[in-house]
Amino acid sequence: MKQFNPEGHTAHQFDVELGAVKNKVMQMGGLVEAMVHDGLDALLNMNSEIAERVIAADRQVNQLELDLDEECTRILAKRQPAAGDLRLVLAIIKTISDLERVGDEAEKLGRIAIKLSTADSIPQYYGDLGHLGEHVKAMLRESLDAFTRMDVQAAFSTAAKDKAIDKEYANISRLLISHMMENPTQISTALNVSWCARSLERIADHACNICEYTIYLVEGRDIRHADLDEMRKQLL
Amino acid sequence: MIADTTDQMPATTLDQDKAEPTIEEIVGAIGDTVGEPRVENPKMSATGVDVSYAEKQAIFSVDLDIGNNEVIAMIGPSGCGKSTLLRCLNRMNDTIPICRVTGQLTLDGEDIYGPDTDPVLLRARVGMVFQKPNPFPKSIYENVAYGPRLHGLNRNKADLDDIVVTSLRKAGIYNEVKDRLDAPGTSLSGGQQQRLCIARTIACSPEVILMDEPCSALDPIATAKIEELIDELRQNYAIAIVTHSMQQAARVSQRTAYFHLGKLVEVGDTDTIFTNPKHELTENYITGRFG
Repeated sequence: MKQFNPEGHTAHQFDVELGAVKNKVMQMGGLVEAMVHDGLDALLNMNSEIAERVIAADRQVNQLELDLDEECTRILAKRQPAAGDLRLVLAIIKTISDLERVGDEAEKLGRIAIKLSTADSIPQYYGDLGHLGEHVKAMLRESLDAFTRMDVQAAFSTAAKDKAIDKEYANISRLLISHMMENPTQISTALNVSWCARSLERIADHACNICEYTIYLVEGRDIRHADLDEMRKQLL
Repeated sequence: MIADTTDQMPATTLDQDKAEPTIEEIVGAIGDTVGEPRVENPKMSATGVDVSYAEKQAIFSVDLDIGNNEVIAMIGPSGCGKSTLLRCLNRMNDTIPICRVTGQLTLDGEDIYGPDTDPVLLRARVGMVFQKPNPFPKSIYENVAYGPRLHGLNRNKADLDDIVVTSLRKAGIYNEVKDRLDAPGTSLSGGQQQRLCIARTIACSPEVILMDEPCSALDPIATAKIEELIDELRQNYAIAIVTHSMQQAARVSQRTAYFHLGKLVEVGDTDTIFTNPKHELTENYITGRFG
């Protein structure tokens, strides 16, 4: 396994610039994590106040994406990074676009939470939804940790969890479809719950992408669309 | 007191010896070359080349091929031996009495240091462009015509005219100088002078062109023109370029060789070297972590 150290440039200012960008990515990651947590909280506890907070936070996340994109562009233009530095900047550009989408999904959770807090609800599925949500939150956190620590091993094991989450999502979908067939009057509510499950499943996909960027950053191998187990055998 | 100091002296020297590894030890620690130094059907080939200036060894056992129709960039910090190796390729080092070259260097499979090789003819086949444009203090025409005339490449004046025009065209400077071929070469701008020097090199119908930092004295526009030219020349020649500009190496070359303290550390596809180098020293150098 390779080691990558983003510091130690002869031009110290470059270290400072890269460090600042990395810190901002972590800040963005933290914010997005909190949004997912709050979005799920708002949904499960039917709390529209928390939901409003999530919607507001999305603006902050969008702004961070814009700022980080600009800073990365500046680094590319001024420093012309190569090798590991180039991969770091590219991985950051990709990661923040995934994080921004996670923010959007969390915002969706918030908006649906507001709708569902006033409409007829179907709380019997919230247990499953909460379970899925906890797994997704853990996966997002682990993917961000792996990215921050540039830990390829952790990135692989986190990415591997996506399959289990897909299964859980399929399970909830099945339950909701049955519910809709049995209770046609609640189709729109059930659909909303289904959107939430879908959002959570998408968040896991984004977390999986972040893991893939981490592996690219450290190993210089693009493992997207490749067999995870096979790549793991090759790289670890 | 004096006796005491003298007694301690050898001990101190020994300690220093321990603390500071010799150049051979440092070079040994670099390890074997990473990547494939060989290509199919090489134009030129270096095998186990060592170069020393008097007692000081400048290059340690370098294996490297230069392929047909390719640009190979040699990069590395100052004093890493890249220019030394380049100068071995057309025996420019012969002019330095203390320089000793061992190992094998071949052009089309023939030993260029062999007894049958005439260095003057070799330099016609393996041309060189230097860091600073160095046109002869003669007219533009004469600058280009000098080599072919020396090597007897023309039968008559018309032939020579033809060679001069073609060479200036290939070097991408003809349109800029066609009305003043009698003007002194030194009256041109830096970038034009460098292209004139390239025309002068091409005029001898070389098979290989060696370039030793050909753009370091030029502005970005002139540099871009030379780089464009290098890419065109690649169709007909094998080119080896030594450059301090990593961006330039990345832009113009197909393969890149990284040298460090006289050792060839890593060689490979330019695309790979600049996105995912394997050796830590290469990574450190191209990401600006040297020293």
